Amino acid sequence: MPAEESYPEDLRYHRDHDWVRVDGDEAVFGITWHAQDALGEVVYFEPPAVGAQITGDGSYGSLESVKAVSDVIAPLSGTVTAVNDRVVESPELVNEDPYGDGWLVRVKLDDLGAVEGLLDAAAYRALL
Amino acid sequence: MPNDPRRTPLYDWHVELGARMVDFAGWEMPVYYVGINEEHRAVRARAGLFDVSHMGQLEVTGSGAETLLRKALASDIDRIEEGRAQYSFLLNDKGGIVDDLIVYRLPEGRWLLVVNAGNIATDLAHLKALKQRGATIRDLSDETAMLALQGPVALELLADIWPKKAPAPHTIPVFGCVERVVAGVPCIVARTGYTGEPGVELLCAADRAGDLWDGILARREHGVVPSGLGARDTLRLEMGYPLHGHDIDPKTTPIEAGLGRFVHLGRPFTGSAVVERQAEKGVKRRLVGLRLLDRAIPREGYAVLHDGAKVGTITSGTLSPSIDRGIGLGYVPPGLAEPGTVLQIDVRGRERDAEVVPLPFYSKES
Repeated sequence: MPAEESYPEDLRYHRDHDWVRVDGDEAVFGITWHAQDALGEVVYFEPPAVGAQITGDGSYGSLESVKAVSDVIAPLSGTVTAVNDRVVESPELVNEDPYGDGWLVRVKLDDLGAVEGLLDAAAYRALL
Repeated sequence: MPNDPRRTPLYDWHVELGARMVDFAGWEMPVYYVGINEEHRAVRARAGLFDVSHMGQLEVTGSGAETLLRKALASDIDRIEEGRAQYSFLLNDKGGIVDDLIVYRLPEGRWLLVVNAGNIATDLAHLKALKQRGATIRDLSDETAMLALQGPVALELLADIWPKKAPAPHTIPVFGCVERVVAGVPCIVARTGYTGEPGVELLCAADRAGDLWDGILARREHGVVPSGLGARDTLRLEMGYPLHGHDIDPKTTPIEAGLGRFVHLGRPFTGSAVVERQAEKGVKRRLVGLRLLDRAIPREGYAVLHDGAKVGTITSGTLSPSIDRGIGLGYVPPGLAEPGTVLQIDVRGRERDAEVVPLPFYSKES
């Protein structure tokens, strides 16, 4: 079942429709409800390697729906410490629970302070 | 400036059903209502109803109709009995496919060509350029709606909204067509489709399309669901059916596309010299089915590689909902076109193994 539209207040957002949840000195990345809705049913997640260095505003992997391929944009720079293997196995989790079980990667951020430069839920919603 | 996208008579019905609309060949069409996979599976398991009113209908009548069609079409229309249809092509002088179509032989000397939405104007010009005396060509596309009801229960459903005294829908042979009143709407009903499932395509007056659509969807007890162009594309691709403008186009011939069985040689028609020569001497590239061995999805435009060198291009690709594998069509040299050949596809910088397989990719028994 697709999720209901929502943009949780406790997350930070990137204009390319990605979210960040800060967890200690690491962060979890995923795509927003709006992004998964635009993509349609996600059928494939190509993740980065654990240990890969990813760069803010750059692509760190791809999500594919039946019809389209979409790069996933890193909201911030850092080193990948974990990949959500459940999404690799069951990509539809991105549609069903984009802010929970549908998370994509866990990243050790280069600069924890950079989170403050991202959008809050209200500012992100205003872009939609 | 591009024109505003056109809308079929069922546009409001699609919006009401919550469809995601996209531009397709200049038409604002439903890509899906609930989801491509769900609609795809419904068509394979039960039935789906598609609005394909964007497709074109060209009527050819008059004493010169047959002469025109013998010249214009790559298949032999003299093999079609009244009340039957045939898959065919309009070719250019180089044997390239101007369009692929279905030609219907209707009663009273009427011929109907059902053509691709994006090619209506081109096809009309192509036919008119033959300047056949005594042949009248009329574009009925605007006044005609077309629905496709496809799936294992499609004919059973149709029987519920069928004239009581008429022979049941399943008695219509494949590629046969009859005129019937369906759900109160006068239609041409043809046992044709683009999904590989049993079913029909229904042509009716544009202003009656809503009644026909509602009359079919009222039979929800059969499990019929409205289905969009997304599922139509994955369904046709699983069958290996080509899509004009992607897998076939004016630069590819029926022989290159592996569609030679639909071309009837030994008679003169536009493009026949080239097709004849290719059928005899062979071609430099062949359209093949490629099934990914790795977990990846081929897409239109991706390079096909052999020993690290580019040997061809993917023309359509998707994740097959039925077999849960990446599948694609693409052109490769004939020496690499044998089933079992393993090639690579460049999936955004990564080489992925893919095997040449016979078409269709999917069959009920598999």
